[in-house]
Amino acid sequence: MRENLEPLASDGDGFVLDPQDRRAIEQERRHYEQPQAACIEALKIVQRRHGWVPDGAIVAIAETLGIGPASVEGVATFYSLIFRQPVGRHVILICDSSVCFLTGFEPLHAALAGQLGIDFGQTTDDGRFTLLPACCLGACDGAPALMIDDDTYATVAAEDLATLLEAYP
Amino acid sequence: MTATRYRSRLHQAGGERRLETHPLTWWLRDDGERVDLDDYVAKDGYGVVRQVLGHQTPDAVIETLKAANIRGRGGGGFSAGVKWSLTLKGEEVPRGYLVCNADEMEPGTFKDRLLLEQLPHLLLEGMILGGYANAAYYGYIFLRGEYVAAAQALERAIEEARAAGWLGRDIAGSGFDFDIALHTGAGRYICGEETALINSLEGQRANPRAKPPFPGQSGAWGKPTVVNNVETLCNVPAALRFGADWYQGLSGERSDDGGTKLYGVSGQVRRTGLWELPMGTPAGELLDRAGGLRDDRTLKAWLPGGGSTGFLLPEHLDLALDFDTIGKAGSRLGTGLLTLVADDQSLVALVRNLEEFFARESCGWCTPCRDGLPWAVELLRALERGEGQPGDIERLEALAADQGPGKTFCAHAPGAAMPLASAIHFFRDEFARGIAGAREEGG
Repeated sequence: MRENLEPLASDGDGFVLDPQDRRAIEQERRHYEQPQAACIEALKIVQRRHGWVPDGAIVAIAETLGIGPASVEGVATFYSLIFRQPVGRHVILICDSSVCFLTGFEPLHAALAGQLGIDFGQTTDDGRFTLLPACCLGACDGAPALMIDDDTYATVAAEDLATLLEAYP
Repeated sequence: MTATRYRSRLHQAGGERRLETHPLTWWLRDDGERVDLDDYVAKDGYGVVRQVLGHQTPDAVIETLKAANIRGRGGGGFSAGVKWSLTLKGEEVPRGYLVCNADEMEPGTFKDRLLLEQLPHLLLEGMILGGYANAAYYGYIFLRGEYVAAAQALERAIEEARAAGWLGRDIAGSGFDFDIALHTGAGRYICGEETALINSLEGQRANPRAKPPFPGQSGAWGKPTVVNNVETLCNVPAALRFGADWYQGLSGERSDDGGTKLYGVSGQVRRTGLWELPMGTPAGELLDRAGGLRDDRTLKAWLPGGGSTGFLLPEHLDLALDFDTIGKAGSRLGTGLLTLVADDQSLVALVRNLEEFFARESCGWCTPCRDGLPWAVELLRALERGEGQPGDIERLEALAADQGPGKTFCAHAPGAAMPLASAIHFFRDEFARGIAGAREEGG
């Protein structure tokens, strides 16, 4: 099995796991009985540095944790907040669940998609924003809600979007 | 500009709350900042850990909780005490895990966020007590990835508690060892299902597991594992501090389910928000607190506790919001956060939105869910456009029946079926107007 992994690792896409990230991943694995458990956090660690998870990172994480790359890829492709293709500098998550739907998600989505010239799953040409739908963000008392990177905004109206987006160059 | 940074808040101010009547929120600061260790200990925080560890047996703790009847606040409604009594324990059994389900993603639910961001030490105290009662050696908080502020609050609280000796070896001189780690997720609603959550904790795809074995017998890494919701665990300290009779008395005549509940209201209402009220508070009282519907509209329907609960009507507003009462009315209490729907809202469109959610969030493990939900979405979209075909409503009903309990591994598909089946039951005419030709015929 190992022999089959080696060529992949060197092919990768020239990806090199940052030493600091490797240490952070090794630190994470101490929280669990089995190294596999640290792979979601490992993917997030890589993503924080690179914005997304390139192919080579899958192999590098697998080697760091001593598990198969298929296990890491299976996980990476399951979770909605792990990005297996490049995204913009800022990721916008709009809540499209029931309460936001009742309070203005559709016009908000239309306005945002119109202003950015993209729809769900797409990135603006300047590489600035990626737009994604999100499960209920747990901000229903402030619906409609959206997140830009780590920031959650409530009672967002279409007129607010231009000002909000300015803060994310 | 109406947009603001979101801040979780409770409507009741500090002066309106006492520990004896508001055991979940008494500690909260009016400025919405996190209650840190000093604040918490100043109000006898961790006092129950000191009171219980080494002084009461785990079995005695569980007996108190069974008598208190703390029902699962994540929406399942299962008695926490009974769940804990079923955990495998004993000298021949390896010590396992106490997992807090903080993967709050149920549409319409925003209660655990408040506790996580502003009162993390109450949760940690509940988890230490849960670890003790279940002979667990380690606890995990499974937090959804989007709750960034909650992650920071929890990390700091864990560090504070560890530094003060409330986590780690020999807690409060009791000889009991227990520590907690924060595990943040990476999206997907299905992670809130307890066996999918365990798979996700293990670093796998979040598919559910077959039960039995139940997690209490064989959970994370094959060890006994107890999974409880944030609010459930936050109920534990006060129930042990004051006892089962007091806990039952909180809800008094209103409900056989003890305690208080973090109730909430959102949707097409004037004043959305959260309140800690006795379990069994009538839905109508919450609607009054919310100031009624926006723009003087009238109420058409409401969901009692999230997207996976069945619709109810204005005539059900007098019902006590507890597990049995709402269950008897054909729905589920779920998370107890109401979604209110005004009379001019198309139910077909709302149900379409809900089923799109469930179809997208299906993990794909079971056929009725993976294939049935997208089919339901297609039929609902056609009805919404007025292009439905004769037989579509019956097909939707059959699809909902095929999602029913026992046909799939977990409760995702049955949850998806509830709003669909109940909406057709109460608003069949509205669905029928989506059949091609029906609108022209004056339907």
